[in-house]
Amino acid sequence: MISAFFIFNQKGEVLISRLFRTDFKRSIADVFRIQVVSNPDVRSPIITLGSTSFFHTRVNNLYVVAVTKSNANAALIFEFCYKFINIAKSYFGKVDEESVKNNFVVIYELIDEIVDFGYPQNSEIDTLKTYITTESVVSSAVAVEESSKITAQATGATSWRRGDVKYKKNEAFVDVIENVNLIMSAKGNVLRADVDGHIQMRAYLSGTPECKFGLNDKLVIDKSQGSGGDAVELDDCHFHQCVRLHEFDLTRTISFVPPDGEFELMRYRSTTNVKLPLRVLPTVTEIGTSQVSYAVTVKANFNSKLSATNVVLRIPTPLNTTNVECKVANGKAKYVPAENVIVWKIPRIQGGQECTLSANAELTSMTTRQVWARPPIDVDFQVLMFTSSGLIVRFLKVFEKSGYTSIKWVRYLTKASGTYQIRF
Amino acid sequence: MTSAQDGKFFQRGKTEELRAELQAAEGKDKKYIKRKTALKKIVANITMGNDMSPLYTDVVHCLGTPLLEVKKMVYLFLISYGRSKPEQITYVIPNFLQDCNDRNPLIRALAIRTMSYIPIPSVTDALAETLRHCLKDRDAYVRKTAAICVAKLYVADPRRTEKAGYVEMLRDLLLDSNATVVANAVAALSEIAERHDGVSFQLNLVVANKLLAALNDNSEWGQVYILDALLRFVPQEHADAEIMAERIVVQLQHANSAVVLTTIKILLYLMNYVENRRLIEHICKKMGPPLVTMLSSGPEVQYVALRNILLIIQRRPMVLKNDVKVFFCKYNDPVYIKLAKLEIIYRLARAENAPEVLAELQEYASEVDIDFVRKAVRSIGRLAIKVEEASSACINALLDLIDTKVTYVVQEAVIVIRDVFRRYPGRYEGVIPKLCEHMDLLDESESKAAIIWIIGQFSDRIDNADDLLDDLVYTFLEENVEVQLALLTASVKLFIHKSQKPSVKELVHKVLKWATEEIDNPDLRDRGFMYWRLLAINPATAKEIVLAEKPAITTDSDRMDRGALDQLLLHTGTLGSIYHKNPETFIRGVAGRSLPDTPALNNHSRAVLISTGRGAQYMNPPISVAAGPIEPSAGPSTVGNQAPSSPEADERLLPSGSDGQDADTSIDKDRDADEHAAPTRPPAPMDVNDPYSNLDGAFGGYIADGPRPMQNRGQNNDLDDLLL
Repeated sequence: MISAFFIFNQKGEVLISRLFRTDFKRSIADVFRIQVVSNPDVRSPIITLGSTSFFHTRVNNLYVVAVTKSNANAALIFEFCYKFINIAKSYFGKVDEESVKNNFVVIYELIDEIVDFGYPQNSEIDTLKTYITTESVVSSAVAVEESSKITAQATGATSWRRGDVKYKKNEAFVDVIENVNLIMSAKGNVLRADVDGHIQMRAYLSGTPECKFGLNDKLVIDKSQGSGGDAVELDDCHFHQCVRLHEFDLTRTISFVPPDGEFELMRYRSTTNVKLPLRVLPTVTEIGTSQVSYAVTVKANFNSKLSATNVVLRIPTPLNTTNVECKVANGKAKYVPAENVIVWKIPRIQGGQECTLSANAELTSMTTRQVWARPPIDVDFQVLMFTSSGLIVRFLKVFEKSGYTSIKWVRYLTKASGTYQIRF
Repeated sequence: MTSAQDGKFFQRGKTEELRAELQAAEGKDKKYIKRKTALKKIVANITMGNDMSPLYTDVVHCLGTPLLEVKKMVYLFLISYGRSKPEQITYVIPNFLQDCNDRNPLIRALAIRTMSYIPIPSVTDALAETLRHCLKDRDAYVRKTAAICVAKLYVADPRRTEKAGYVEMLRDLLLDSNATVVANAVAALSEIAERHDGVSFQLNLVVANKLLAALNDNSEWGQVYILDALLRFVPQEHADAEIMAERIVVQLQHANSAVVLTTIKILLYLMNYVENRRLIEHICKKMGPPLVTMLSSGPEVQYVALRNILLIIQRRPMVLKNDVKVFFCKYNDPVYIKLAKLEIIYRLARAENAPEVLAELQEYASEVDIDFVRKAVRSIGRLAIKVEEASSACINALLDLIDTKVTYVVQEAVIVIRDVFRRYPGRYEGVIPKLCEHMDLLDESESKAAIIWIIGQFSDRIDNADDLLDDLVYTFLEENVEVQLALLTASVKLFIHKSQKPSVKELVHKVLKWATEEIDNPDLRDRGFMYWRLLAINPATAKEIVLAEKPAITTDSDRMDRGALDQLLLHTGTLGSIYHKNPETFIRGVAGRSLPDTPALNNHSRAVLISTGRGAQYMNPPISVAAGPIEPSAGPSTVGNQAPSSPEADERLLPSGSDGQDADTSIDKDRDADEHAAPTRPPAPMDVNDPYSNLDGAFGGYIADGPRPMQNRGQNNDLDDLLL
């Protein structure tokens, strides 16, 4: 299991260093700095030297690193690193060099709690916050009863929830968020279109509420079984720790006792009947060796009452571009030489609307003429109250023994960020 | 979300100054602010790697402060320096013991957790009695902490810990009423049993069921520990395996990829003991979607998933056979993900999806990363070899790529086209002139050797073959061995084809003379002598030998040997699965794993079973698997995609083309239906110590290029020791 845990800044300075085992000295950090931080061509998140393996992930120019000498569970180590980053985000708001340095004492305290001898332990944020806080607590006899409650929660069947939560107004917010992945070929064929969805819930509910959740889904294990009805086909779904998997397996109902506050209830994937909210039609012509002309049209393919916001198209230009003239009727477009792209930002596109960019890139002549690789056009956007998969929340029922009524809110958002790619 | 402002403490501090600060804090110190500040500075300095051990006594002095925060900082200090000051730690022990008996369970747990991090005799002696109590503490949190303490003590001193009876107490905790305690006891026992000097840890049906009952009440991590331990359950009957597989299959729906991959590991393991075909099919179908879902996770988890998928689809092709599209690369994927996806795309390619796959590979061939582009080009050639229906389209794609005149693209293309010629004799030789046109772009030995082989092999059809070769031998003495061997053989072939031409005679004579007189390499020299004598004694026989019919190249052996796969899949999700190597071959002190042979083991799994004895398998340094290209003598290379070091050498090593038939003609019931399923080969005779010594060859140059642990070649001192 994990022998040592480090956080490095971009320069390779150690911000957090915790050894769990005696098989390493702190100087192992220098090996990582040499092999990864100062290596311009790192080609793997895992590096093994002799029997020693370094696992790293990056967040805001920090390296979060776990070191081991065993045949460790690689998935577990990376999931743990992600979890650590999440916990730190929840505690400090953001995870960067400044916040890590400013909170290093609490971070050490957290690490001591969530990993023992390299084995990840209870890492539920809700529980951790009951006894690890950014303010110091005086240890005294009064705290004993409280502590027993904490330890019961940290080792209990519902480690994610305290029993004594109280709200004046019982509310639950459900956000269905879909990320669309698209790869479209230069000929306009869809090579890959699928949706990674997740359902984010914010539960502000008193007591120990029992929730039942229903979607218009149909989990398809075997595609050949055929389909029917208006049910959305999900290829796969995964649930938060709190959802009873056996019950889901038998009856397809999603039932759970939610953690207090925000959590990801469910993740799912859908590949059938994916509605693509934006259609991009590029015509890019290389005129001789000195010019490239662009005509790019974006079309919003959804109900005219809805709109796509924060639309950003990144249209690649050849490396030897000197200048680009852009003309757009909607939004703003400009050439960004440092990244070799034309960035076209459109604040809002109404459903059914069409926008067009025409541009002309001038190229310098080059001594060795290499073929332009033509990276794909990348589109980022958000569409509120729209799901690409067609998923709808059918119901959310809350049962609590005190019998209070609760208010539920549902929102839908479909977006793309770096995953919507059109080749040309 | 109050944020502290402790960043300012990240400054190098002198120990004298810090000592003075701590001493000053003994005076008036409202709310212990001064003391806390001084300690924070010390902890920051430990982090930065500055030696704070001289402050030992001063820091320990702070333990009297009734602040949990201060206590934790002092404990952190003790974890860092406690071992280095065994004589001073005795002063702290009464403090520890007091905490061990605190009414607050969090404090009790903190005390034993900290003590067990300082594995020196005086501390462990003090801990002994307390730990016994804590393993039976009424608070589950203390018990779960105590369970891990046993593992820590065991690592420090195995025999003493065992003698003290802790391991037996740990076994009792497997039946604890609290699920978290059970999971930690499992983790501790597994750690102890993993060591080659460890105790045995097997699960019977009763205990395994008890563990499964604790599964759902556990945290995600606890679930991983429990699932992982199920490998220690040995099914004696098919029903054992079937019931257990059905019980854990729902865990595939868990959000944590470690839970999912560990579940997959256990399912793959259990399937070797399952008789029910429909259940196997059902499980395979269930495994595919969660694996694909992992590709929406962070890049690191994606990478782990991809490397595992590559193994899983070789053993259970049914799992993802219709899913090639999800592996298409995004332009902004990190390169390690692209490379891993490329390998999977190739493996999932079939006649039905070949056009899509080819279009995709062509797209990649124009990307920026050189390594990725090269492998994409090579994959086009491998696709031609694997899927006959696609071969013409692939050749055309390769010819288009040659037109780009990008040197590394052309070199890769030439190398694979050579293999395509061998796979489809007499079909594509028309493209030879085009290859020869771009000969000057080739500046790497592998591609040079390839074009030389082509010229030699087809010198009867290439009108100016003698001129071309004459140009190439001009630099004979400066070339490396790979190219020299190719030149030697090609000249001999040319001579056999065109022996009447005086210029050819002169050429071959020149080369033979060089090879036998000027060259120090024994392989080259011996081959030179052999050819010379052959030609001198009996030119007709020489022709028969040199131009013998070549066995066709296939991609059957492209997949790993099944017994080896079964064994490797016991490490699904771990480092071994990333490198596709058994951990005992690259990690010191790890015991190997193999499928236990019981009456329930399927016949087909048994037929290919590789058993590993427990014990040290680690070899230092491991066998010829160092990074970098395979040496010409790296063993049998049967695959079309590994460029033979010299074609002739390769031919001699090639297994006869019929060896598939005698291997396993019975219907392999257990292997999933797979269109390309070559009959399973029996395991080749292997190095006793390393059943995988033949694997690099079986995979061709590709896996050899794959991720692998780095070894310090050519150095006597072991890197592990350097790291310490």
